[in-house]
Parts: sequence; structure tokens; C-alpha cells
Amino acid sequence: MESYSKRKRECPSSPESTQPSSFPDEVLERVLALLTSHKDRSSVSLVCKDWYNAERWSRTRVFIGNCYSVSPEILARRFPNIRCVILKGKPRFSDFNLVPHNWGADIHAWLVAFANNYPFLEELRLKRMAVNDESLEFLALNFPNFKVLSLLSCDGFSTDGLAAITTHCKNLTELDIHENGVEDRSGNWLSCFPESFTSLEVLNYANLSSEVNFDALERLVSRCKSLKVLKVNKSISLEQLQRLLVRAPQLVELGTGTFVQELTPRQCAELESAFNNCKNIHTLSGLWEATVLHLPALYPACSNLTFLNLSYAALQSGELAKLLAHCPRLQRLWVLDTVEDKGLEAVGSNCPLLEELRVFPADPFDEEIIHGVTEAGFLAVSFGCRRLHYVLYFCRQMTNAAVATIVQNCPDFTHFRLCIMNPGQPDYLTNEPMDEAFGAVVRTCTKLQRLSVSGLLTDLTFEYIGNYAKNLEVLSVAFAGSSDWGMQCVLGGCSKLRKLEIRDCPFGNLALLSGLEKYESMRSLWMSACKLTMSGCRRLAREMPRLNVEVMKEDGSDDGHADKVYVYRTVAGPRRDAPPSVLTL
Amino acid sequence: MSPENLNQSPDSDVGSLNFEETRLTLGLPGVECRGCKSGVKRGFSETVDLNLGSSSSGCGGGDDDKRSSGENDVLDSAKPPAAKAQVVGWPPVRASRKNAMKSCKYVKVAVDGAPYLRKVDLEMYNTYQQLLSALEDMFSCFTIRNYLNERKIMDQVNGVEYVPTYEDKDGDWMLIGDVPWKMFVESCKRLRLMKSSEAIGLAPRTPSKNSSTS
Repeated sequence: MESYSKRKRECPSSPESTQPSSFPDEVLERVLALLTSHKDRSSVSLVCKDWYNAERWSRTRVFIGNCYSVSPEILARRFPNIRCVILKGKPRFSDFNLVPHNWGADIHAWLVAFANNYPFLEELRLKRMAVNDESLEFLALNFPNFKVLSLLSCDGFSTDGLAAITTHCKNLTELDIHENGVEDRSGNWLSCFPESFTSLEVLNYANLSSEVNFDALERLVSRCKSLKVLKVNKSISLEQLQRLLVRAPQLVELGTGTFVQELTPRQCAELESAFNNCKNIHTLSGLWEATVLHLPALYPACSNLTFLNLSYAALQSGELAKLLAHCPRLQRLWVLDTVEDKGLEAVGSNCPLLEELRVFPADPFDEEIIHGVTEAGFLAVSFGCRRLHYVLYFCRQMTNAAVATIVQNCPDFTHFRLCIMNPGQPDYLTNEPMDEAFGAVVRTCTKLQRLSVSGLLTDLTFEYIGNYAKNLEVLSVAFAGSSDWGMQCVLGGCSKLRKLEIRDCPFGNLALLSGLEKYESMRSLWMSACKLTMSGCRRLAREMPRLNVEVMKEDGSDDGHADKVYVYRTVAGPRRDAPPSVLTL
Repeated sequence: MSPENLNQSPDSDVGSLNFEETRLTLGLPGVECRGCKSGVKRGFSETVDLNLGSSSSGCGGGDDDKRSSGENDVLDSAKPPAAKAQVVGWPPVRASRKNAMKSCKYVKVAVDGAPYLRKVDLEMYNTYQQLLSALEDMFSCFTIRNYLNERKIMDQVNGVEYVPTYEDKDGDWMLIGDVPWKMFVESCKRLRLMKSSEAIGLAPRTPSKNSSTS
């Protein structure tokens, strides 16, 4: 067993308390160890000094939503027994190229601190961090118990770094490389798993492009009897997929490779038979280039499917309808808008248990093409899927009336992310702003936690949000609003707001400064291409020393203008690793 | 995709549709003819990429260049949002998703007289009949009429007949159905449903041309 750092007994009772704590510390620690929710643990730590200490000794998993809000040293001082770290780095808009490439969020300093303080670290889950090959090698060599590596939206590393992980991490159970900016040099990393290595439970390399050695993959899958999640990349053919499935019928999550190939009838039958034997699959993804020809092979495996990710398969409405007829238990569905409204009607008809729908645009940048989904598709889903509570919907037209009906049908939305792709587009039938749509959303959906707005919006939208969205935690705004008043309403009304990200809106210093008191209760604020100036930002930085106010300057912009501003609370003080283009005020 | 290497009729007026100059050579469906470009003109080819209010000019293959909007210049934020220029990071689609669609064989479909384009993925189909059925579904007022073995599409509402044509890799406009399906998928850049009345001068191909089958 790994050794715990033993807690030295401090004074038996804290000076503040008038009587000794009623529980022995060991009992308290045992009880607190059962708490898993980060929020609960935070609450516990605030009760009293004894509980704070018991909690910090018993905590093994830590979640840090902004890597600059705390330093590795502070973390290590407070929590001596961490096994799992979840770290998030860059602001979310970095996914859309709005953050300078060298902005920061480098994992290396953290790894060095972990090597010193948490040599028995087992699990690292990173999102939007800068990770290079040297760091991956350091990780592979310094943590003998390392089990889980999950990299989501990270960048800066290559497949050589992955090779270091697969070569050295003898106890690895999970390798999840998802949607990263990876320099894909070769598929060699997979062959670096030693032949004696059998502990893998999760392997996701779906977004890499290089071909791996298939024999090595097949042998790996054969000998890892606990493998539950396998998501391969496009270079795996149908024939190869069949061979993998035969070796791993116990899979619970499957990401296929390319789903089109000339197959003989015998091969088709074998494929279908392989799927038939996989009765435990509840998540299915991949399916690149899936067509009507081979989709039926999947049907036998769909009876227990709860999550179907078709966002890389450009299906038409008919194909989707036929597939969904076999997926009665579906709870989460991701599709491309090639399925069109007719496809979404099929969703409404076939998936009564649906809770989450994401519709991605197949052709987001081609303005000549008018297809995809409209308000009609969304309406159809809302009539058929009353349990819907999470939606991400990219469309080219919407109406206020449709949204009002949709939320009437599905009042339990927790996440409502609507993207009308043409910035500032009004209700296409009435030509009015989309204010009433979002008004209906916030009035009706009292549980709303996350909202993304779009279309032509005036300050009225933000008045509605401030007045009604009392549980709102995350708000994304683009090309909207009329004046500072809009942002002021949100800052003044949304008491639970944690993250606010704004781009291309007419909000200026007055709005920014109206939130002075609020930003310490939030994780972060992002404002780009708004009307902020350097003097406004400086004033914020001056008045609120426990906030970091960072300004990213664009080349050739007006000196007084603050092009991109990122504000976040921190106990670590101003960061020292910012590149020259990022000013911390 | 450049038109310079073709024998354009010197009279063809790039700025307007000049159908008198158009001569499509036809083969009867089923006749295989590899690379038979001679006689096929594209006098209207540059103008076919219609004035739909878009900023792109003529080249369907230019789509891919537009996808990496991250590399474009930042849109001046003072511009009104209705401007159709490329905006950095908008729509908010991750880079990994932008790349997802590239390998599909999507081609634009234009219909004479329709105000918008559609797109079809040729990889979805195995025969011309399947493709034409899909086009029928897409432009739902049409039905397919197999009339004397010619593939024509009929708009039931206004009785107009359309002839399905496509632009190939070399920029020539061909009648759909001339070449084997796979070759068609390989070489097709875009589709156009042309009004029969405007596709005048259509004539069956004479056997004196190179008619080697593939």
C-alpha cells in the first residue's frame, strides 16, 4: 500500500473552542473521506478549524478550475495526500483561437511540485493546459503509481510524449487523449506498451491521425481483459474493427474508426455478429463517413445505448431515423446538422428518454449553403423529448415564438446553448430582436445553470437574465447588447454567476467596474472586442488586489484600448510566467 | 481550379450567361468514355457560380480555404455584426470539428432559378439513381422522369424540366450519367440542375470520338 503522510497531532483543541471536539479526529477523517463532492468538501472545511484540518488530511482528489487561482506550493501546503488532480488552464475562448498561443497554463511547474509532494500521484486530468513532451516524459518517469492520464483540449505535445507515457507507466489504466493540438509524428506510441502490460481499462486516441501498428493494437486489446473503453482513430478500418470487437466483447464504450469499406457479404456478416456480441455498449462514437451501407451492422449493439455521438458522421435524415429506431434508451445524442429538421423529427419520435442533444454545424463557414437545422427541428425534439435538459444547437434561423414553445415543453433546462450562426440576426419571421426568446428561457427554466445567447439582442435580454436567472453559473455572450446597462443587469442580478465570457459587445468601463464587488465570488471574466480601456482595467486592478487583471494587446491597436481582458480571482498573486503580449495590471 | 487551360469560346462573355456558345456533348447513358473532353465547352462555367450574394467567386474547391477562419485577420469589432466577413473564432466551433468534414466528398448543387445552394455528399450513394432520388428529396418539388432513357428532372409545380449536369475536375460541364459512377464521384466538383430549355444544342455523342470503354 502507498504510504500516507502521517498527520502530526497539533494542539488537542483549538484555542477558539470552549470544549474539545466531540469526535476523535480519526473518526472525523474517516467520515469526511466518504465525501466526494468538491463543493461539499469546501463547505466542510469552513465549519471550524478542526474540520478544516480533518478535511485537508482526508482529501485525495482536488479540482482546480483555474490553474492561476492557486499555486502548486499553496496546494501542497494545504493538501498533503492528493492522489488525483484535475486542472483547467486557458480561458474557454482559446478553443476558438481568441487567446494568444503562448498565453501560459504550462503544466510543468505543477509536475515538479507534484513530484516533490505527491510522489504517489495516480491521476491527472488536464483541460486547456500547455503540455510539452518534456513534461510528459517527466510525468512518466517520476510517478511510479501513475494510473490515469486525461488530456482534453491541451496543446504543445507530440506523439513522442505519448510514447514516453506508454513506455514507462507500468500501472496505467487510462489514456484519454481528446481533441488536443497534438503534433502527430507517428503511431509508434502504441507499440511502446510492453508486452507484459495488461492493466489498461480506457484507451481513447480518436482524434489522432497517424496509423498505429494494428497487430500491436490487437494484441494489446487481447491481453487487457479489463478494457472497458476503446476509441480508435479514423485509420482503423471496418475489417480491423471487427477483429478488435471479437477480442473485447466486454466493451462499455466504443469509438469506431472509419465506417465505410468495401466488404464481402461474409465480412459484413462477421461485423454484424461481432456487434451482436457486444451487449454492454452504452456509448458509441467515431463512425466517420458512416453510410447507409454499413450502419445496420451496428443495430444489434444499440439496445442498451445511452450516448450516441454522431458528430463526425454526416448522416442524412433517413439514415438517422433508421438508426434511432434501434436506440430506445438513448439519453444523449450528438449529431451534425446534415440530418436536418426531418432527422430531428425522428429524434423526437424515437427517443422519449433523451436528456441531452447537441447539433453541430457541418459547414459553419460556408455562407452560400442554406441547409442544416431550423427552429422546426428544435421544436420537434421538444415535443417528443420532454426530459430534455441540455441542448447545444447551431442553426441559421430561429424565432422567439419557437423558443417560447420549446421551453414550455421542456422547462427543466439546465444548459441552454443556442448559436444562431449569423451574428446579430433577428427573429427571421418578425424581424424583431431575439430578446423574448431568452426571456422565455430564463423565466421558465428556473434550474438554468448555463446559458449561451445569440442573435440580435438588446439590453432587454440582459435585464431578463439579471431578473430571472437566479441559478445561472455560466453565461456566454457574443455580438449582443446595446449599452453598459446590459452587463450591469447581469452582474447585479445573477447571484450565482461563476463564469462570464463576452466578445464583441458594446460594454465598457462602466459595466466592468459595476462588478467590482462581484468578481471575487466568480471564477473568471473574459471580455474581448468590447469597449474597455486600459484606464478602466487599471482602476479595477487597483481597487481589487485579489484579482488578476490581464490585458492582451493586439498588434496595431490603439494604445488606450483594452482588446482582450481576462479577470480572475487568485490567492497566488500576479503570475510570473506571462508572455510579453499579456500585461498583468 | 483554373479555367485557363481550356478552349473557351472567345465569344463567351464571362459576365453573362451566354448559352448560344454552350455545346455539351452527350453520350447515351451507359456509354463509357474516359476523359472525353473534346467538344465540351464551358462557356458559362465561370458564371454558373451564381450571383447568390456570396463573396466567393466561381470555385467550389475554394471551400477548404475558408474553413480555417482562425488564420484570417481579426474582424474590426466596430463593424456591424451583419457583415458577412470571416470573424475569428465564430461560429464557436472547435478546430477538431472543423477538420472532421474535410474528407467527405461534398459538392454543391445549384438549381437554375433557386435562390440557394445545397450540398450533397457523393459518398453517400452508389448509383446515379440514388443520387437523383436524393436530389428529388432535397428539392422536393421535383420528380424524376426517365424519359427515353435520359435522366431528366421535372418540376411538377411549374412544369419546367431540368437536366442534371456536373462540373468535373478539369472544369468541363458534363451531363450526369456519362461515366461510371466511381469515376463520376472522383471527378465531380459540383452539380447543376440546368433548365432543359436552356441546355440547347445538346446532341448525342458521335461514335467518331474516342469511345474506348474504361
